[in-house]
Amino acid sequence: MNIVVLMKQVPDTESELAINDDATGIDSEDVKMAINPYDEFAIEEALLIKEKDGGGTVTLVSVGPDTVPEAIRVAYAMGVDHAVHVNDEIDEGVYGGADAFTSAKIIVAALKDIDYDLIIAGNRAVDGDNYQVPAHVAEMLGLPLVSAVVHQEISGDAITCKKLIEGGTATVRTSLPAIITAQKGLNEPRYPAFRAIMKAKKKDFDELELDDLGIDEKSVGAAGAFIKIRKLELAPARTGGRIIEGASPAEKAAALVKLLREERQVI
Amino acid sequence: MSPLISPAEFSVLGLPLRVVSILIPLGGIALFAYMVKRRLVPLRAAMVDERKDHPGQRWENFLSLWLAQSRQLRYKTAGAVHLVIFFGFLILSIRAVSLVFIGIDEGFGLPGFSGGFGAVYNIVKDLAATAVLAACAVALYRRVVVKPERYRVPEGKGKDHSKEAVLVLTLIALLMVSEAAFEAAMVAAGEPQFLLPFTLVWLLVKVFAGFSPESLQTIHVLSYFTHDIVFFSFLCYLPLGKHFHVVTSMFNVWCWRLKKGTVKPVQYGVSGEELFDLESVGVKKLEDFTWKHMLDFYSCADCGRCSDNCPANSVGRPLSPRFLTVKGRDRLFDSYPLTGDIKPSDDLVGTTYKEDEIWSCTTCGACEEECPIGIEYIDKIVDLRRGMVDEGMVPQSLQAPLKALEKRGNPYGKMEKKRAVWAKDEEFAAQCDVKILEKEGTADTLYFVDSITSYEDRMQEIARATSRILQAAGIDFGILGKKEKDSGNDVRRFGEEMLFQDLKDQNREAIAGCGAKNIVTADPHAMNALKNEYEDIPPASHISQLALKEVKSGRLQLKPVADPTKIYTYHDPCYLGRHNEVYLEPRELIDSIPGIKRVEMARNQDRSFCCGGGGLMLYYEPEEETRMGIVRVQMAKDIGANVIVTACPFCLVNIQDAVKTLNLDSEIEVIDIAELVAKQLEQTVDHLEPAAAEA
Repeated sequence: MNIVVLMKQVPDTESELAINDDATGIDSEDVKMAINPYDEFAIEEALLIKEKDGGGTVTLVSVGPDTVPEAIRVAYAMGVDHAVHVNDEIDEGVYGGADAFTSAKIIVAALKDIDYDLIIAGNRAVDGDNYQVPAHVAEMLGLPLVSAVVHQEISGDAITCKKLIEGGTATVRTSLPAIITAQKGLNEPRYPAFRAIMKAKKKDFDELELDDLGIDEKSVGAAGAFIKIRKLELAPARTGGRIIEGASPAEKAAALVKLLREERQVI
Repeated sequence: MSPLISPAEFSVLGLPLRVVSILIPLGGIALFAYMVKRRLVPLRAAMVDERKDHPGQRWENFLSLWLAQSRQLRYKTAGAVHLVIFFGFLILSIRAVSLVFIGIDEGFGLPGFSGGFGAVYNIVKDLAATAVLAACAVALYRRVVVKPERYRVPEGKGKDHSKEAVLVLTLIALLMVSEAAFEAAMVAAGEPQFLLPFTLVWLLVKVFAGFSPESLQTIHVLSYFTHDIVFFSFLCYLPLGKHFHVVTSMFNVWCWRLKKGTVKPVQYGVSGEELFDLESVGVKKLEDFTWKHMLDFYSCADCGRCSDNCPANSVGRPLSPRFLTVKGRDRLFDSYPLTGDIKPSDDLVGTTYKEDEIWSCTTCGACEEECPIGIEYIDKIVDLRRGMVDEGMVPQSLQAPLKALEKRGNPYGKMEKKRAVWAKDEEFAAQCDVKILEKEGTADTLYFVDSITSYEDRMQEIARATSRILQAAGIDFGILGKKEKDSGNDVRRFGEEMLFQDLKDQNREAIAGCGAKNIVTADPHAMNALKNEYEDIPPASHISQLALKEVKSGRLQLKPVADPTKIYTYHDPCYLGRHNEVYLEPRELIDSIPGIKRVEMARNQDRSFCCGGGGLMLYYEPEEETRMGIVRVQMAKDIGANVIVTACPFCLVNIQDAVKTLNLDSEIEVIDIAELVAKQLEQTVDHLEPAAAEA
């Protein structure tokens, strides 16, 4: 079975983010990039399927700037066989100029020459958090999509997935090829050893430009996006909690109700 | 002439027993040689090890640790029993060899044993046999009746091998009795010989008095062959189990790990870039162990001293060093049997060992400090971890800090530029100017802060206290700021060797660039790495060593403690104590504070009890019944301590945490030695306690 994993490189979740001068993106100085954590689940699941299967290849497809090869090396260290990087360094200095639609368009073009039975993507990317790229890709390719998968089993040409829905799980079965998106709980990703990451520096990957895919620069990136970010701002700093004083639990409860009703007007 | 016919001349049903006396040793030696040959097969298939360096020191170890059994008496009863059996064996081995020949030629005597020396030897060996028999009785009593806790085999940890001990003690007892009976029969039959009263042989002569000459003849011959058969059975029993240590321990002791505070290289003879070319690293299969580590498996006597001192074992983590070795040996015996085919190896983790078991070790070194014959644990644990890291088998709880260390050089993933934030605290900066050697500038002494002290709020106090001490002593010092990366001490011990090498290289470059002539740190983990694992950097020491020196020189003056009724106790951090043998300087430093009252906890110095582990161990969530810190705080409480002084930021975290968990906040205070000293500095009285100074 041949599997494609869609991977996005995002700011490391531990990084302290700052907003850039025109407030449309983040300031990438001092930001470290990493594989989107949900895409790590996708990579792990692809490797687990391959190991169980005893054959096939796992190909990684990523769209992003010049820093993506760092993430590819980590994916290689985990065990991914091959990677394709579509360099979209078109929105210079702006992180996140593209939207889900334009990203999907590039991914679909890159998938044209890749053989696959299954595509696995992260349920969401933790930067823009818009959950949409896999759905766009599925739509453009006319493939079935199962999102928020926490368990899967393949038999023959079908995949049975357990997916999270509000308040529970649903079991969904579909034919292959299909796209599934990885939700937390699907697996515990393996550790990419530093030695393996360094060794991966010597491993080749396909580096493609938009031209190579026959994509017009103006139809993608910030220029082609349906969504324009008007203004980003940081969440307000968390303020300290308040402890309600009172002689008895009843007194405290009364004080709390009063506060919620009068001061905060939430009840 | 002896009144009895010697076994060499005796015949049964026309068969001269001399034939048997020749066949038993020949058969016994042949079988033993065959077994040893088979036992050597895995050692040849094992990874390389280097144990030929420093022969002088190795012979010294051999004399003190093997011949003088210097670690045995750390356990008084068992140690004393072992000493008696060990020295008894050494003495009686001569007698045993000559007995073998006496069965062939009755007049045989070892060269040099014919005259007065032989007579003295005869008395000594009778005494030895008596003592060994008594020691066997004590040992058997302990095994069968007393059953000390450390011999117990907890469920799920390994196989019980205590029957082997009982069998061997019985064999030894039989050897002693048969040897004595052989001789006693002769004396009872009229052979003139001086016997020391109350020895075993003397007692047997009394017992045999009045026996008929025929009975004595039977006893004489029977006891000879009993001795002969038991002796060679014993020899051939050795390679079958834990009693192989009788043979292998002398090699094991000679091969003792000489350098403290460091772990073995990934592969001897392979370094730097070559490590990237290796197909696989770490121990995954049996053959990935070095031959010395396999010899360790053969040499373990299953005495349980390691696990008795292991903090992980005592808090119910799935690790017991004793069974790490015993299971390794069982596996080795199984894969490399004495007869039949060698079984192909598969992965050790997941079969012989559990992942949790291998991650449970804090590398405190208590096991190795105790082992009488130099069995190594930390290197094996680290090698197994290297294998797991290489396979990506790393718990999620450890992945985040490891990835952060790779990206940012600290396990928190915090920004590099915030590394020196502690020094910029307004109030502190007004009193103490810390030079930050990020771009240029130099200082005599580099204060290596390391990650936890740089980033954790509470630990930053240690950094400030350390700086105050350095300033008060008039030392020109600075820190590396954002150029400093984690020392990597624990990165290495968690099996991420290449990440450690990378951190080390970055630090070495920064250290070389700052031009410091010596390094000081308040973090023993950092000190350990800098001192023992970083090549070509200035010498590193702990702040407690430096402070003591400056107290002695008079440059630091300490005022009396505010409350002389408080009782202080000092907790030895593993990486300052056991791994670097700095036990006394911190104690002397504390004692130099006028009016201070210090007591020792039950476990101190080389038997100190680990706080729970530092570095990446703070992130690991082991399966355990209680926390090591809690056990440690209980020990402090038991001796009535009000203040626990430690000398390591990780110990401070763990112990303080335990004090809170136990609700002892109001009774027990936890403080770092640097903080304690800074608080007592004469010069800083007005900075630290402005109110008191005004009053």
